[in-house]
Amino acid sequence: MSVGLHKKKLKLLLAGLILTLPLSLFAEGNLPIVPKAKAKATAEYGCVNPVADMRKNHMEYLLHQRDQTMHKGIRTKKYSLAKCIECHVTPDKNGKYAEYGDDDFFCSSCHNYAAVSIDCFQCHNDKPQSAYSSLSSNKQSLPEGHEKFASNDTLPSGDAE
Amino acid sequence: MKKANFVEIEGRSAGYLALLGFLGIFILAALGSTLYMEHNGHHVTGMTNQIVWGMPHVFAVFLIVAASGALNIASISSVFHKTAYKPLARLSGLLALALLVGGLMVLVLDLGRPDRLIIAMTKYNFRSIFAWNMILYNGFFLIVGIYIWTMMQRNLNKYTKYAGFAAFIWRLTLTTGTGSIFGFLVAREAYDSAIMAPMFIVMSFSFGLAIFLLVLMAAYNWTGRPLGDVIFTTLKNLLGVFVAGALYFVIVQHLTNIYAAGHIGVEEFILLNGGIYTKLFWIGQVLLGSLIPLALLYHPTWGKSRRLAGVAAALIIMGGMAQMYVIIIGGQAYPLELFPGMQVQSSFFDGMVNHYAPSLPEIMLGLGGMATAMITVALAIKVLRFLPESLADEVVDPHHH
Amino acid sequence: MSNTESSKNTELTRRKFLGTAAASAGLAIAPGVLLFRVAQAKPAAQAVTSKVRWGMLIDSTKCSTGCNDCVTACKTEHHLEGHNRPETDVQWIRKLKVTDKQTGHVMSLPMMCQHCENPPCVDVCPTGASFKRADGIVLVDRHICIGCRYCMMACPYKARSFEHEEVDDQAVSAPRGKGTVEACTMCVYRVDRDKQPACVEACSEAEHGAMLFGDLNDPESEISKRLAEYGGKQIRADLGLNTGVRYQGI
Repeated sequence: MSVGLHKKKLKLLLAGLILTLPLSLFAEGNLPIVPKAKAKATAEYGCVNPVADMRKNHMEYLLHQRDQTMHKGIRTKKYSLAKCIECHVTPDKNGKYAEYGDDDFFCSSCHNYAAVSIDCFQCHNDKPQSAYSSLSSNKQSLPEGHEKFASNDTLPSGDAE
Repeated sequence: MKKANFVEIEGRSAGYLALLGFLGIFILAALGSTLYMEHNGHHVTGMTNQIVWGMPHVFAVFLIVAASGALNIASISSVFHKTAYKPLARLSGLLALALLVGGLMVLVLDLGRPDRLIIAMTKYNFRSIFAWNMILYNGFFLIVGIYIWTMMQRNLNKYTKYAGFAAFIWRLTLTTGTGSIFGFLVAREAYDSAIMAPMFIVMSFSFGLAIFLLVLMAAYNWTGRPLGDVIFTTLKNLLGVFVAGALYFVIVQHLTNIYAAGHIGVEEFILLNGGIYTKLFWIGQVLLGSLIPLALLYHPTWGKSRRLAGVAAALIIMGGMAQMYVIIIGGQAYPLELFPGMQVQSSFFDGMVNHYAPSLPEIMLGLGGMATAMITVALAIKVLRFLPESLADEVVDPHHH
Repeated sequence: MSNTESSKNTELTRRKFLGTAAASAGLAIAPGVLLFRVAQAKPAAQAVTSKVRWGMLIDSTKCSTGCNDCVTACKTEHHLEGHNRPETDVQWIRKLKVTDKQTGHVMSLPMMCQHCENPPCVDVCPTGASFKRADGIVLVDRHICIGCRYCMMACPYKARSFEHEEVDDQAVSAPRGKGTVEACTMCVYRVDRDKQPACVEACSEAEHGAMLFGDLNDPESEISKRLAEYGGKQIRADLGLNTGVRYQGI
């Protein structure tokens, strides 16, 4: 059932791609506008890896990290989805956050353009923890001696796995 | 005895098209219900965190159990060499596949994430009887498919008995698996019993043959093909044996549970004071689903009427649905016992009889599964040679002159 | 890197010292909070191991019927806002009031995932979405959960809930969504960072002291010592699941 749907989707997608090919030659003005990240994760690359690599392989890294974290409790920050969001999903000047699906939401800016749908945000929050600073119990109720986690929770550092 | 001559039905009559249209409406309603449930989430159904398997599971498990039973006729011919059943073997295999398609459709469309069916097909936890069932279902399609093929292609006929034997073993395993989905649930007093597997097998004989009989009657009546008394009486009498067998297992199941002090609570609930479940058990399952059909099938004069045999088969199907409802929903309605002998209260309905009211979308999804099974049969007998042109006595009966 | 390591080491010794000091000073001062820190922090890149088995000890004699602090803490921590539909709203932890029909004796205790050593939910899950981590925490991998709800049929404790509706505003550390099954995670992201589950923390902060969290495999941990001295019962021990959550006073 769902396999059939996927095939159909794939066909539609291919047909769509072929149709848009000639258009895309003239469509530079419609290229996705990717929102700027909050900070540089690494001095050399900007992101945790070279941008070209991240564009091409981010899904692999996220998928790998997903299983590592879920099943083995490995919580390195380099490819953590929460850390991606923390840095890449930023409020506009009114303090409002774009939502998954909006063209100005970091992931959607490209994913809408490429017509690739993802189901990450059916379960994961699309807003960063910092959007909840008032709600977050993490930092307020830290027992003595646990400050190090509070500092870890802010920005991604590039520590390797 | 003449050789059976298999011919496609013509399938152009207004009646045939009306049947397709009628079934099609149910299938569309089922797909609409699925979209509605999946879009809004299951809170729009009767299901809750207490009754996690609802009406769709009643339909789905019934159809899956019946699917394996519908293969019985073919097995009797190929495995037990009863030649009288041979002309029916193709339809038996087809009905088995069609019922399984219908049942699985309901099961899958009721998942929380039906879009992830591919995960269910690629990631297996081999400790799970549910995962084993997925393998058994897929294998059933393959083996029964090959079995039908060997029956339909003349130069493969010599392999039919091997394919038939494999299909017979596979279907027994499959229904063992279905029964064990419940039998392995050690935490719930209503299940947790080895008898579930054999009971489901005998139930499958009864449900599957009841559906087979009705489909056979409909197909031969509506196409004006002859259906002789010999084959009809044989099937009818066999159905009676299966109904009695299923009832026997039900009696043993409850007697065993009543004897165990720890299970007496759930038995009191189902048999005495469970409200709708008690009524469904005694009136639906035992009286309408077993005793009245037995009377209709074996009574010296009623037993001669085809119409009453059809009524009996319909009652057996309804009784089977009632039985599934009592097993699946009744078993969950009875509260889990965390502290035997104590009264437990919480904000999460602990210690209370859980409430369930089936919603329209759930019922429509289930009926859509049944309609899918039927439309599969209706279409298949039009395009392929499943039905003998005649089942008159001289075709079926080896001793008829 | 070496910097952080050495600072970690000094902290560890400091914490060990504090732990021992507190242990010798007596258990009265918020025992859960202080003594838990005797355990070593796991480096982020290190996988969890079976050397540790996380568990809880709940003293029902200190748990009062009217108190809902652990439940509230869980709801706040994981953003478990309901829709005012009690039959379908999720509950990760709930309070039970257990009355002996014979004597009228009343017990109060929190009930949640018991983090069994032999969890029936893990056995029955067709895709392996329901699983047990090496350190004994039982979780649902929502990435591969198909929402079949067989685990809910199998769980003797009614510990799991099906997400019946769309969720937004999830806690960043507790992703959850429509059509999948969820339950107590023992606040696994806190545990991995050397913190206690939210319910236990709330219970100690309110000075009820009814909940204790720790490593059941470490004979020196407070939870093991208390279990060794006073014992602790499993609910439905007859099922042989060897639960990670134990109770006193039941």
